[in-house]
Amino acid sequence: MNEGRKSPIERVAGTPLRLITQLGGGDLVDRLGLRDATERALHGVGKAAGKVMSKKSPLTLSDSARAKRAAEESKGEGPPTAPKPVAPAGQPARLANIAPTGVFDLRPTDDQELVRATARRFADEVMRKAAYAADAAAAPDPAVLAAAQELGLAALLVPEAAGGIAETRALVTTVLAIEELARGDMGLALAMLAPLGVVNALVEHGTHAQQQTWLPRFTGDAFVPAALALLEPRPGSDAARPQTGAMRARSDQGSGWKLFGEKSLVPLGQSAELFLVLAEVMGAGPRLFLVPRGTAGVTVTPQPAMGLRAAGTCKLELDGAFVPDDALLGGEDAVVDARGSFDARAIVDRARVAWGAMAVGGARAVVDYVIPYCNERKAFGEPVSHRQAVAFMIADLAIELEGMRLLVHRAASLADQGKPFTREANLVRVQCGAKGMKAGTDGVQLLGGHGFVKDHPVERWYRDLRAIAVMEGAL
Amino acid sequence: MIDLDISRKHVALQQQARMVADNVFRPISRKYDTAEHAYPKELDFLASLLDGLNESGAGASARLEKGKDDAPGGDPKRAKNGANMATVVGTIELCRGDVGLLLTLPRQGLGNAALAAVGTPEQKAKYGNGWIAMAITEPSAGSDSAAIRATAKLDGDEWVLNGEKIFVTAGERSSAVVVWATIDPSLGRAAIKAFLVPKGTKGMTVARLDHKLGIRASDTATIVFEDCRIPKDLILGSPEIDTKKAFAGVMKTFDNTRPLVAGMAIGVAKAALERTRELLRAAGTPVDGGRAAGTYVEAELERLEAEVETARLLTLKAAWMADNGVPNSLEASMAKAKAARVSNEVTLKCVELLGPLGYEESELVEKWARDSKILDIFEGTQQIQMLVVARGVLGKTSAELR
Repeated sequence: MNEGRKSPIERVAGTPLRLITQLGGGDLVDRLGLRDATERALHGVGKAAGKVMSKKSPLTLSDSARAKRAAEESKGEGPPTAPKPVAPAGQPARLANIAPTGVFDLRPTDDQELVRATARRFADEVMRKAAYAADAAAAPDPAVLAAAQELGLAALLVPEAAGGIAETRALVTTVLAIEELARGDMGLALAMLAPLGVVNALVEHGTHAQQQTWLPRFTGDAFVPAALALLEPRPGSDAARPQTGAMRARSDQGSGWKLFGEKSLVPLGQSAELFLVLAEVMGAGPRLFLVPRGTAGVTVTPQPAMGLRAAGTCKLELDGAFVPDDALLGGEDAVVDARGSFDARAIVDRARVAWGAMAVGGARAVVDYVIPYCNERKAFGEPVSHRQAVAFMIADLAIELEGMRLLVHRAASLADQGKPFTREANLVRVQCGAKGMKAGTDGVQLLGGHGFVKDHPVERWYRDLRAIAVMEGAL
Repeated sequence: MIDLDISRKHVALQQQARMVADNVFRPISRKYDTAEHAYPKELDFLASLLDGLNESGAGASARLEKGKDDAPGGDPKRAKNGANMATVVGTIELCRGDVGLLLTLPRQGLGNAALAAVGTPEQKAKYGNGWIAMAITEPSAGSDSAAIRATAKLDGDEWVLNGEKIFVTAGERSSAVVVWATIDPSLGRAAIKAFLVPKGTKGMTVARLDHKLGIRASDTATIVFEDCRIPKDLILGSPEIDTKKAFAGVMKTFDNTRPLVAGMAIGVAKAALERTRELLRAAGTPVDGGRAAGTYVEAELERLEAEVETARLLTLKAAWMADNGVPNSLEASMAKAKAARVSNEVTLKCVELLGPLGYEESELVEKWARDSKILDIFEGTQQIQMLVVARGVLGKTSAELR
């Protein structure tokens, strides 16, 4: 959000309020007992904006005035202070870059704080309780996913013209939310977030028709399972250079593409209504194809892994699966120009940053768990944390956690500003892969034998955190 | 709004510092590594430029001064990028040039920082333009600075100093030394005070210069005080013994200097990584990375780069907190711990990656691998930083977690 150019009233009556509508509309806030916390957060937002908060603000409207205003808005008129960027008819809706402020700053915006607080509470109240069972079942809890939809995360990523509330790119907001959700449970977080990978790709690259067909479904009331399918079953494969291939083909449905290949560790595989499959188009580089559920020639098989089991990872076999012309993400034009609008690198880079945020959340879960444990656990007559061998391990975890977080924030803020971030995304992959794994293994070590058994969640975090730098795409 | 780019106004400073590093420091790096204890007179030409940097809030002595932070319009919501950030940004670039030379820049001593932090206006006016070293360590008191034995006794209008100080950076070249001494050995750390002793004071002798593993351009001296008398008003800070606050006040200077040493470490590591990439690339070795299954060399280089970048961001965070009035003891130690050990690992690993070219003296990589070691020792060793971090994270006192 370009705070600099907006008046205070715009800042209050613009994005944050639409966010409030999004968050406050459902009963999720109430069910989580978040009403008070949210209102406190909003009080901060309001205070910051100062006296410009006029009596017309929905926060202070009387009931009758609110009803009147709601009626006005339902006629299709948005708040006058929040002009919607209108995409030209037939053109895809895209998000603007965030304008740089020219100042080094570590603080999230007020609305990002709100998203973070909401995600944090959701992680504590919903995800933590469901994590053990989902891991054991190797499938997400549908109730968790349904509740997650009420967080309205997809709307934060979708332009207004396509049914969301976003104006600008929002990878920073996304990674702040991911950290909180992954702290709740990485497997469930992956299940919740996998459709957002699809949403992002549609927003960044989809045609108008593709956006209109799919995006409203993701911002609706029901959770729509979907996933990006990038990884392939080979060691050291480059996610941006798939061996899965797409060939032009005809069928009785008309002209289109046939896909051949195999994709690994696709989240939500068994329930997904849509896959975005990365495949090499001869002479035009890798492209994404929209492959709806039930497409002939697609075989989905459960592929449980070491961790992230709650995400229901699957293998996707594509044996001449036929999809029509308009399944090509971004449309035909981009194929003609090999260096055109579609860039598989950007998809991989964004996912690397998002996976980094998963590592941050997972590692934070570990740190938050081992501190009280080692302060309470006694050996040789004193807390084990009084020994440097233990205390320094925890200090290291804390240092690396903060380091990972800063790397992720840096890459995400570059992405939101439309600056190159391939290098930074790669550093996120490298660092979070190593230090995320370290957090997992040290977490178990610090609990000793108790860490190895399932009475404590650290063994699950150990398995989940090893996914970082192995998983590419999917987010 | 989260934005981790160096602020626009500090980019110019960064570029100036880079030019100094490339054009002033690098050409004489090897010369003063070889000619240990020779005074790098080339640096005198830099003095005026550095004083200029100081004016802009980028120098060591300026970093603790109040009122240097920018706050356009006084908007409290706007993040400040002030003197601490500027100093760290400049230090990284200058140490990409040569950390030993940075440490011996005239008028940029640690004592200058202490004077700027706690000196009276009169003290600053009289001594602030000099080159002030810092003397803390003693032969039997290193990390445990509360155990120092040097004494200061008030005798009429004068303090009388006795004791031996070692590892005094710029101890010979400086014009004055800030000396830590106890005014009552029975009262422990609360009785430790800092005194400003001008060079030439009777009873103060530079007893020897050390021969070192690295940072040889910087002189490291042993200074002996024998009934050394200084005027009563040359104590820094209050002469009162406040068992609660006094030592904490002295330690507080570390919150600002630790990110600075972290910045030095990052500069050295960047130099080594950059040169290693150049030489490997010239030898036809792939160095770009970004792949899940790259070569060993690629994987090592990107791992080291990720570590350096992590350390850099931790350091910028600590400096940013200081600029914005947020207590940063924990973050300063995190930054120092991470940056110093990373710098040491990176430089040593670069020697290995380059083989003979890294080990012999035609290249500077071997020098950087020697220089980096001190950064994990002075201003608090790795182990001291870890204690600070561990106590902070675990909520432990120094009595519980020793």
